[in-house]
Amino acid sequence: MDEIIFSAVGEQGIAVLFEQKISEETNGKIRFLMEKLRKRKEIREMIPAFCSLLVFYDCRKISYSRMKRILEKEAAGLLAVKSGQKKIHIIPVCYGDTFGEDIGYVSEYTGLKEEEIIRLHCGRDYLIYMLGFLPGFAYLGGLDERIFCPRLESPRTRIMAGSIGIGGEQTGIYPLDSPGGWRLIGKTPLRPYDVHRNPPILYKMGDYIRFQSVTRDEYDEISAKVEQGIYRHRYITQ
Amino acid sequence: MDKRIQLDVLEPGLMTTVQDAGRYGYQASGFSVSGCMDLNAMQEANFLLNNPVGEAVLEMIYMGGTFRFSCDTFFSLTGADMSPLLNEKEIPCYQAIQAKAGDLLRCRTARNGRYGYLSVAGGFLISEVLGSKSTHLKCAVGGFRGRKLEKGDILLLCTETKRLLNLEQKEIFHGDYLPEINVRVVPGPQYGHFTEEGIRTFGNEKYVVSGESDRMGYRLEGPAVSCRDKADIISDGIAEGSVQVPSGGKPMVLLADRQTTGGYAKIGTVIAVDLPQLVQCMPGTAVRFSWVTVEEAQVLYRKDKREKRRMMRRTGYCPQNMGYLERIRRGSL
Repeated sequence: MDEIIFSAVGEQGIAVLFEQKISEETNGKIRFLMEKLRKRKEIREMIPAFCSLLVFYDCRKISYSRMKRILEKEAAGLLAVKSGQKKIHIIPVCYGDTFGEDIGYVSEYTGLKEEEIIRLHCGRDYLIYMLGFLPGFAYLGGLDERIFCPRLESPRTRIMAGSIGIGGEQTGIYPLDSPGGWRLIGKTPLRPYDVHRNPPILYKMGDYIRFQSVTRDEYDEISAKVEQGIYRHRYITQ
Repeated sequence: MDKRIQLDVLEPGLMTTVQDAGRYGYQASGFSVSGCMDLNAMQEANFLLNNPVGEAVLEMIYMGGTFRFSCDTFFSLTGADMSPLLNEKEIPCYQAIQAKAGDLLRCRTARNGRYGYLSVAGGFLISEVLGSKSTHLKCAVGGFRGRKLEKGDILLLCTETKRLLNLEQKEIFHGDYLPEINVRVVPGPQYGHFTEEGIRTFGNEKYVVSGESDRMGYRLEGPAVSCRDKADIISDGIAEGSVQVPSGGKPMVLLADRQTTGGYAKIGTVIAVDLPQLVQCMPGTAVRFSWVTVEEAQVLYRKDKREKRRMMRRTGYCPQNMGYLERIRRGSL
């Protein structure tokens, strides 16, 4: 087993650092560890990431060394992790045109036709390694390397929430209006993030995302339903 | 019964926002904690009015606002001294002060410290978003419509008259903020990424708070902290007080509006009891860092909490405080 490193983060945090490499297996271990720790009263909150888990605890209830021992013990039992059911969120996307103004660039850069780019982008399920940067911003893994393409040289000042982009070897959804440097290829009518909804984010770390190409008419139809609050978010379990 | 009253914003000041103890329980989804930069001053402002210590207050930076009370109440000002005037007469900070209906409160430029806090008896009538009244400007979440206050805004207050008894005698002592401070740091997760020389530099040299500092973090100017390989890491979680060192070698301390995750190496974490004084530093203030062990930091933290509780008990304070865990539970995490 690879060594797990524990480090203090101030007087109220411990970072559990796994092998510093982005892999589905390590990420699965982190989710499993988080699940095991969820019920512990001395733990206040956790921030999971690609290959680490930051645990905040109440240092008036438990000392660093005792908390560390507990984490060591729990982390040691992570060998036999089997991945459970996959939850795959279906994200409808209207590609190209005004929603994905950079798809022409991506086509030129990769030498692929637009339909081919869409087929490759929709052709696999992406693991959500972590959420961060902005509320609901999902770090996805597994983009097809044939559609890798460089970021914009100077970022746009405002990208609409729901925009789907490709940046380097990553793809993702902008959860809210923000600046950004990714190449935009489409837009979803869904609201992955809505602070007034419970839960505010549609998905969580460890879930998968599958993009599904929809026409402009379908986009408008879903958009209207989302607006009225009657759209039922779709996901499948495998 | 509660009686609704209001506070009119005549001038908002440079940047005045509603903040409480922060939005905890949602960092795993990417929500910043936000909350007051100086949690001590916030708690003291509430303590003076017998409010729950985590009740929302107005946070003013550099230059405070001008407000009019629509009804008799009490208020308090803590943190940076913004030379406050009530009906154009000077009033002290760190005291409970009575306001009559129609009174005008004017705060001016901070002359000692950076963040000033205004608390009102009973608190502000503002609905919580994910368990907190804190404003997070970048995402337009929480507080007063997710934004900083503007001229003409009307804040509803909530006051219970029975709480107002004896407030006039309440005051606490508060010294000046210093022009040069020492901040203690616990070695962090990527301590090993830095060279021995880099670690020595960080612990021995003098740094200065840069003008490029905001609620997200304070940049520090001074000798570069050298790292072994490269300063970038695979993004991981960030705590309040985390000291990031990007490839340029200039340390940056992450504060209330910090992102939940980041990709720069973190040499250490500023301990909680030293954060309020760092936060109150104006650009140009000298900062020295020194290392402490996590055990020492925990002793300091517990001692600080004990002292605060003792002070509150001595003055007959009974906080109906909602703790951190309570918030998380209520936030249905």
